[in-house]
Amino acid sequence: MAKLRGRGMSSMNYPIGMNLGGDPSQALVHSNPSGKFTVSLSSIDLGQGMKSVTRQICAETLGVPVEDVYVDTADSDTGPHCMGSFASRGTHRVGNAVMAAAREARGVMMEAAAEELEVNVADLETDGRGNIHVKGAPHRSISTKDVAIAAQFRQGRTISGRGIFLVPLSDVDPETGEMSPATCYAHACLVAEVEVDDETGEVAMVRMDSAYELGRALNPRLVEQQLVGGAWMGISHALYETPEPYYPDPSHGPRDFDEYLMPGPGDICPHDITVLERPAPDGPFGAKGPGEMCANPVMPAIANAIFNAVGVRMDELPITPEKVLRAIKAQGGARPQARR
Amino acid sequence: MLELRKDIFADERDDNLKEIGKPTQRQDMLGHVTATSVYFNDHKLQGMLHLKVLRSPHSHARIRRIDLSEAERSPGVRRIIRGADVPHNLNTLLSLINFGKDDEPTLAVDKVRYKGEPIVAVVADSQREAFEALAKIRVDYEPLPTVFDVEEALKPGAPVINETYPKNTFTYHDIYDHQKIRFGDVERGFAAADHILEQRYQMSPIEHAPTETNGSIAAPDTNGRYVVYTSTQALFFSLDTCAKILDVPSNKLHFIGGTVGGGFGGKVDTVTEPLSILGAMLTGRPVRYMIGREEEMLYCAPRGAERIFIKDGIARDGRILARQFRCLFDSGAYTRLSSYAAVKCAAHLPGPYTIPNVYAEVYCIFTNRVPATAMRGFGVTAVDFAIECQMDKLADLVGMDPMEFRLVNAYRDGDMKAHRREAKNTALIECVQVAAEKAKWRIRDDFKRMSSLKEAGGQRPTAPPPVREPILVNRSAGQQRTVYDRPAPPPPEPIRPPPPAPPPLAQPAPAPSHGAIRFSSVFGGRRR
Amino acid sequence: MAKTPLQFRHNGREVAIFVDGGMSLLSALRDEIGDHSPKFGCGQGGCGACTVLIDGEPVLSCITLAETVAGKSIETADGLKTGPELHPLQAAFMDNFAAQCGYCTPGMLMAAKALFDHNPDPSRVEVIEAISGNICRCTGYESIINAVLAAARRTERRA
Repeated sequence: MAKLRGRGMSSMNYPIGMNLGGDPSQALVHSNPSGKFTVSLSSIDLGQGMKSVTRQICAETLGVPVEDVYVDTADSDTGPHCMGSFASRGTHRVGNAVMAAAREARGVMMEAAAEELEVNVADLETDGRGNIHVKGAPHRSISTKDVAIAAQFRQGRTISGRGIFLVPLSDVDPETGEMSPATCYAHACLVAEVEVDDETGEVAMVRMDSAYELGRALNPRLVEQQLVGGAWMGISHALYETPEPYYPDPSHGPRDFDEYLMPGPGDICPHDITVLERPAPDGPFGAKGPGEMCANPVMPAIANAIFNAVGVRMDELPITPEKVLRAIKAQGGARPQARR
Repeated sequence: MLELRKDIFADERDDNLKEIGKPTQRQDMLGHVTATSVYFNDHKLQGMLHLKVLRSPHSHARIRRIDLSEAERSPGVRRIIRGADVPHNLNTLLSLINFGKDDEPTLAVDKVRYKGEPIVAVVADSQREAFEALAKIRVDYEPLPTVFDVEEALKPGAPVINETYPKNTFTYHDIYDHQKIRFGDVERGFAAADHILEQRYQMSPIEHAPTETNGSIAAPDTNGRYVVYTSTQALFFSLDTCAKILDVPSNKLHFIGGTVGGGFGGKVDTVTEPLSILGAMLTGRPVRYMIGREEEMLYCAPRGAERIFIKDGIARDGRILARQFRCLFDSGAYTRLSSYAAVKCAAHLPGPYTIPNVYAEVYCIFTNRVPATAMRGFGVTAVDFAIECQMDKLADLVGMDPMEFRLVNAYRDGDMKAHRREAKNTALIECVQVAAEKAKWRIRDDFKRMSSLKEAGGQRPTAPPPVREPILVNRSAGQQRTVYDRPAPPPPEPIRPPPPAPPPLAQPAPAPSHGAIRFSSVFGGRRR
Repeated sequence: MAKTPLQFRHNGREVAIFVDGGMSLLSALRDEIGDHSPKFGCGQGGCGACTVLIDGEPVLSCITLAETVAGKSIETADGLKTGPELHPLQAAFMDNFAAQCGYCTPGMLMAAKALFDHNPDPSRVEVIEAISGNICRCTGYESIINAVLAAARRTERRA
């Protein structure tokens, strides 16, 4: 008759992009005559922040403030091809395509500026605030707006760019499984603390501490959204969710949210997250993608924490109170392990 | 706010950036909080009709007869669509990248293979009138034997679910019913091990349950084209799938989306667009096909269940010498994307650890349930659950701290992985160290000094010559064989008297042997 | 099917529409009035994405018959911003990054507003209770709870 606490951990990596590659994305970037840029994509924002990170990548590459960039998606008439938003590929594939397009557009913009200022293009730099000036002589400057007008109406240049990013498709050896699945991987380690009620089998989350390595956090608030939300989904997978409670018997599938359980706002716990950055050589500014990685470490960490708390191994998901209680009873009672 | 450890790997980064790394407000946040973000269902079209489908009540049955006469006369019904009306009524999603055979109808014709499979679509003035018409459709079914368990489905003599794959497994490389990983020699590794641990893990299917259900609105547009507002996660994937199913040039379709109320992998399958477009083509009116919540929970693709068997051979110093997997993906009645997941899973094995001998068989198996599809972590989530639970058990077996056990086996730059590629850009060790520090989980100093970059002690495997058959080794009588029934060591401060020893866990059945089976398959070079 | 005339106040404005018997308030708001802020998430009263206020109380508009709101005052997320400034809740959601896909957000805002209008200084537990009928699949709720608490701490608040 006790609530017993235990801690467990897990560590893992996650491949970035569609397995084996062969999943390209394209991007188009162009400026209007007043120096405001549009990124045209067919990529989808499911809430993960696709529109936002591609906007920042474009602004950084162009050398303009993010307020001067707008991401337009998704319209198949105006957006170039994108494979889609899945497999943690968005930041990496679409981000790289946007960089390539923005680089081309920037090249034209700098050429146009060089012509206006009558200098070599190699002598110019952007200040990230909407101006282009001579290196070491910031007073010799022109706004990106004026460059755009000049390019459009005097010089006859298009300040625009196209980009595609493709990891070439890998073969798979039928006998050995030799293959190139991905060019980079994200990493994670997570510690979960749970409290198990040995009378009801209920498992409550106490806290989580985690470290994720993501190449580069393009926007720390968006990364936080994914890692916190993903960990919640991991708890949900571990302790609550199933459309087949008697799998492989398909009967009694849930029909609504009263029957398909997920943790509510009263079931969450504090989650302290640290992000490490080891840039992927082929990631945009080294970025990988946290979108799927974030849910995975939680499930085994919880199972391992339950073992630490009461000494039972839960090898089948979801870990319902019934399963915990049956295991405790089969064992002859809770057997707390050494505190970790 | 999360913490950024800029000090780690600092010499590999140039942090001198202006927009990157800033906590810039989302481009769509203002739209979200003012409720002005536009989702597919936020388009109001004049004269829009509503499409709902009749779904099979049987998990496996022949369709003998469909009687639509009463339904056609039902008030508000504009058009009823049958399988024969669908120009190309057999498809598999990955045919777009030349992987797999067409096996799934948009509307079932002679057979249904899962409970909930769509058979007939009704287009009516209102959703209510569509439902009332559906209730008037009469179908004569001849129920067939079912199979719901992946291991039952593999047995000879099991009911054939999907005639495209008569042995109930997807075919890999034209010849195998599973994807193989063969790296080193696991039998030799097991023979050299001090402990063997063989365990079984099961992950349930998972419902994506985004707050916005799947759906699309298709409408005739000017110039003979069709505009489609859609919740898809993959705009061109869906557009090209519809172009194929409806046998129209792709530039006849104008897909608009990009803002979706959650997806998590459940909005790739393009379930509503082919029928909503076909409805618009056949009625000349806008047609909305929106999946209801009960419909989505019961009949729309979940994450597929996975059953995973892991057998490990481990030395008493904590090094894993050999790891063997048998992974069984439950694809449900049709392939969709599970065939790809099995290969992704194989690529992921044995986890981020350097193990010199790895053997795996990964199956994509058909059963009489709702076809599975991608979900967050596709191909990896379940096997990582299995691997990390296994790692915890192994650590316990050799009496090692779980964190230190991970660090002993962690992969590092330059290590050879089981799919025969060198590890690069690794960071598992640093993640473990930082997490341990955050959680005040004590690890010994020499473990705190380890690095993904430096060499550590222990076997560093390189790509071995290919091994066609495992080499059987006679085990010496004195070698310790340990199964996972060892009582846990007593806690430092016992709280209560030690309970009686638990009964040993049942051993999983040994993997059945099977021969290579010849099929024709299209897994060759992909079309560009 | 005969239609019933229906008059009520929608975000402070008198409106008059015709509804079919059995039409939900959600459908009436979205399809007859053109207010797309309440969302269809389940139609079963299970997710809260359709939450609106009827005379200040939060209700699930997908299982509320339109005919039952005759003469009442309906508030939706569309009516939160009445001028150039965001409602404090909206501003707090922005500051706390409390939305990802955004689909649950209108319902969350109305559930939070119902709490605020009764209790301008709620505790964390009271906030959790107020939003417990609203499902979010993306954020894990922490940022939403923080946003509602932050809005409560703002010194200026409109009536």
